[in-house]
Amino acid sequence: MLDEIIKPLRDPVRGRQMLAEIQARWHTLAARRGRPIVLMEFCGTHTVALARTGIRSLLLPEVELKSGPGCPVCVTDARDLDRAIALASVPGVTVATFGDLLRVPGSRGSLQEARAQGADVQVVASPLDALQLAIAHRERQVVFLAAGFETTAPATAVTVQAAARQGVENFFVYSLHKMTPPGLRAVLGDREIGIDGVILPGHVSLIVGRQAWDFVAEEHQLPGVVAGFEPVELLAALGLMALHWDEEPQILNAYERVVRERGNGAAQQALAESFVPVDAHWRGLGLLPGSGLALAERYRQWDAVVQFADCWRDLEPPKPIAGCRCGDVLRGVCTPLDCRLFGQGCSPATPVGPCMVSQEGTCAAYARFAVAK
Amino acid sequence: MCLAAPAQIVRIEEGGWLAEVESFGNRRSVGLTLVPEAKVGDYVIVHAGFAVEIIDEEAAKISLATWEELLCSTK
Ligand code: SF4
Repeated sequence: MLDEIIKPLRDPVRGRQMLAEIQARWHTLAARRGRPIVLMEFCGTHTVALARTGIRSLLLPEVELKSGPGCPVCVTDARDLDRAIALASVPGVTVATFGDLLRVPGSRGSLQEARAQGADVQVVASPLDALQLAIAHRERQVVFLAAGFETTAPATAVTVQAAARQGVENFFVYSLHKMTPPGLRAVLGDREIGIDGVILPGHVSLIVGRQAWDFVAEEHQLPGVVAGFEPVELLAALGLMALHWDEEPQILNAYERVVRERGNGAAQQALAESFVPVDAHWRGLGLLPGSGLALAERYRQWDAVVQFADCWRDLEPPKPIAGCRCGDVLRGVCTPLDCRLFGQGCSPATPVGPCMVSQEGTCAAYARFAVAK
Repeated sequence: MCLAAPAQIVRIEEGGWLAEVESFGNRRSVGLTLVPEAKVGDYVIVHAGFAVEIIDEEAAKISLATWEELLCSTK
């Protein structure tokens, strides 16, 4: 049963034993170095898990864990949200997307606010649900606003293929999909944030494979470890990294139950068939070359970015959100605690920026689990 | 939105596109296109309505044993 797989990974006795051993190892390493060791967790789901389990605080002061830009909702650019809102306001158009995207502010409100003003915005759990919506409502034009990294993009890839196969002409995809290696590259190339090692995203890695991260060790001379999300898996990843700390930088895999060396071939093939890499805007990181996934030419008919371009022709460029440091948080330059608005006007109930809106946002994780410095 | 959860395949529909999976008592239908080699009884990771990878139970057991050896029994 599923329980039997998960239970040992949540075992508190094992967890405590491992934690003590790991704290001791990092203590030695940090003492030798004469300063705390700074690790970045790229993935927003890791940010949440590290806050929820308390591991982030328990490793202080020897290890400082900084959050990276691995929350697809948070890195969605205000410009794209403004366009999506413009799209949702077109009569006859339904925008379908994941629930998390609804409350994210563009520079002129959110999709949720657009819905309150009469736009047809639907929440779906899967791109397949959006396709079903289009099939059930042939009189409407259904646009799936597709956010997510490599874990999510294959689902969209396969759905577009299904739409083409079934000849569904009123279904469209607005792809916000982004690739994580270019995102991480941009962060690692940023001199402002000194980091000593990277905790790599487990569920992205099951698609792209462990080897997709070799550039971290080869080009940036930093060690990395692919980690799972259960407490024991997170501790194992941190322990494994400590064990190999003195060796040449390498990318370790502590999530072998699902992450293979080369990843998921069928998913990679689906991506290659449906998408082409394009330059993409990331909130906080700017325009990153080759980091986005646009629909391939053969799916042009289903590409909302092409088919609805008129809707946002006259949109003004986005305005920044006053006082919000989400962009710096996403780059690991500061933590939410450094933002003046954190807890003072910006909270999960009244979010100001995307890092507080999204479940996987760093600000939301800090607020929900009361992370203290 | 990044939630990915383990589930077990209980039935594969004709054509092999869709499967019924069970996760902690909940049953639902998921796309199987991304793990064409999956069989009934396999544990998979489900994300955005699709099974995205098969859980390798052997690898899971081996890595757990390794971590234990490395991190719990020393000192
Ligand atoms: S606390 Fe709120 S305002 Fe400050 S960076 Fe985070 S999301 Fe932006």
